[in-house]
Amino acid sequence: MNVGAASPAATVDLDALREVARRIRVEVIRAVNHARAGHIGGPLSEAEILAVLYFHALRVRPDDPDWPDRDRFILSKGHSSIGLYAAMALRGYFPVEELLTFDAAHSRLQGHPDMTRLPGLDMSTGSLGMGISAAMGIALGARLTGRDEIRSFVLLGDGECQEGEVWEAAMAAPRYRLDNLIAIVDHNRIQQYGWPGDGPDGRIPPQEPGELVAKWRAFGWRVLEVDGHDVGALVRVLDEAVEGDGRPVVVIANTIKGKGVSFMEGHWFWHTRAIKPEEYAAAMAELGEPLPAATDADGGPAR
Amino acid sequence: MTLATPLPIGRPMREIFGETVAELAAEDSRIYMLDGDVGSSTRADIFEKAHPDRYLQMGIAEQNMLGVAAGMATLGLIPFISTFVSFAVVRPLDQIRVLIAQPRLNVKITPGYSGMFTGQTGMSHIVVDDLAIMRSLPNMVCVAPADDVEADLALRWAAAYDGPCYVRLVRDPTARLFDDDHRFEFGKASWVRDGGDVSLVSTGAQTPRTLEAAELLAADGIDAGVLHVATVKPLDIEALVGAAERTDNVITVEEHTVLGGLGGAVAEVLSEHRPTRVHRIGLRDVDVQSGPNDALLDIYGLSPARVAEQVRAILQAS
Repeated sequence: MNVGAASPAATVDLDALREVARRIRVEVIRAVNHARAGHIGGPLSEAEILAVLYFHALRVRPDDPDWPDRDRFILSKGHSSIGLYAAMALRGYFPVEELLTFDAAHSRLQGHPDMTRLPGLDMSTGSLGMGISAAMGIALGARLTGRDEIRSFVLLGDGECQEGEVWEAAMAAPRYRLDNLIAIVDHNRIQQYGWPGDGPDGRIPPQEPGELVAKWRAFGWRVLEVDGHDVGALVRVLDEAVEGDGRPVVVIANTIKGKGVSFMEGHWFWHTRAIKPEEYAAAMAELGEPLPAATDADGGPAR
Repeated sequence: MTLATPLPIGRPMREIFGETVAELAAEDSRIYMLDGDVGSSTRADIFEKAHPDRYLQMGIAEQNMLGVAAGMATLGLIPFISTFVSFAVVRPLDQIRVLIAQPRLNVKITPGYSGMFTGQTGMSHIVVDDLAIMRSLPNMVCVAPADDVEADLALRWAAAYDGPCYVRLVRDPTARLFDDDHRFEFGKASWVRDGGDVSLVSTGAQTPRTLEAAELLAADGIDAGVLHVATVKPLDIEALVGAAERTDNVITVEEHTVLGGLGGAVAEVLSEHRPTRVHRIGLRDVDVQSGPNDALLDIYGLSPARVAEQVRAILQAS
């Protein structure tokens, strides 16, 4: 599939982007099930965001991952690495089959992104709050050296926005007028375990409604809000985000944690959890990739 | 007791920092100065005057500053970090570990205000475990120059070195050990005094004081050699084994905790390469406090007289 990077919104094949997002989810579930490890809820909530980034917004060359003039992308919410790996594989950075090495010893697809192992990663992440600082450094360095072709994208989690470093970067970036810095917050409203309260599963969201928008705005950022599962809206908002007005941009992408698998949606305990065989079959069926029916030696239904 | 050869006082390393990095930046457009709002203290202000467009105020936000430095390094730029050891090493340690050391990004962590000479600031600013911390990080190399002459050379080396490095600088003027023709060789220790009775192994601005201690010991008939370890990581194994073979009596002296610092590092190397009894002079597991420099050196056993006293006691007991 070739959606074509940086094509004007009007000509974008939205169905193709939806299919990429679906494939990301399928590969996430497959890889996490295979590894018996890894995160699920976050990679599922970020699927459309990554699809639109890698198949529309980012100017990158998968066959030349070190292309100096490329846009940079940092997954600050590094625990959602398998979603990024799936998007990169589908975009052609490496074979999709390699996704099954996720989390394995000697794999290029480490539990958290390791830029020393996998070409195409613009920063190592995993310790929350750091990716946005590195992305700011890229935006600042590009601006100082006149490399205006480089845009610096970074994806954060909403739970991650509890880290103080996020707000250090949020304070500093507007001072340098870095409108080549585009942050996206995967606002799925569920962190790993959450604060006790009267919400679903006895937990309340990491922020109050509207809190993230108000905070980023107060720090001097241009704030855009979008349905993070609507690929058309994501295309439009990212096209708008890269049209700089002197301020760094943050896109608050409202998402559903575990999106795409009904029994995973909205539950904190699917942040990271081993998938049972029947859950795996149900998830793959919901994602449109039903497993072949198991058969016994005679070709009849397995018992 | 008077010194046979008292050393002259050199210029403060922090001034060398501002001047030398400014000079390097004049020749290399990739060099930037990232300051955590202490440029008037670390003398990054000297750099700012020379290169206002390449002085980057990062505010009082050191975690972000180290992350920004990592991002800039991926574009081929060379950021130098201006803040105190406490805020350049300990506070943003996780950022250094994940964003700089492990991915081996070309960031120069060059804080002033190492050791005890921090302007009577007390326990929050006096960091005596920075070498132990930094040498434990993957890919990180650690240099502690002895004086202003070597600080200049070490900074020039750091700018040319392709990778993360830690250069430990001092706020106040300290004794000048080296002549202008001194050569700094990364990874090499150097004898600054020959002596056959005991080998004193020292690093950073403690080396000149250790040399002065050796002169005091000479007056008592103890012939102490002094090996200056400017590069704490990687250690010069050959020179350390040579010291052990020369005297069989090795004592480390450092303005730093002996837990994992030079003392720990030398003990590790010698236990593997030439089992030797190593005594360690330096800070023990003690709280530090504010006070005038000389008072602190005396309290924590790092003045020449106190070092000489401890060496005498060790030699008498062994």
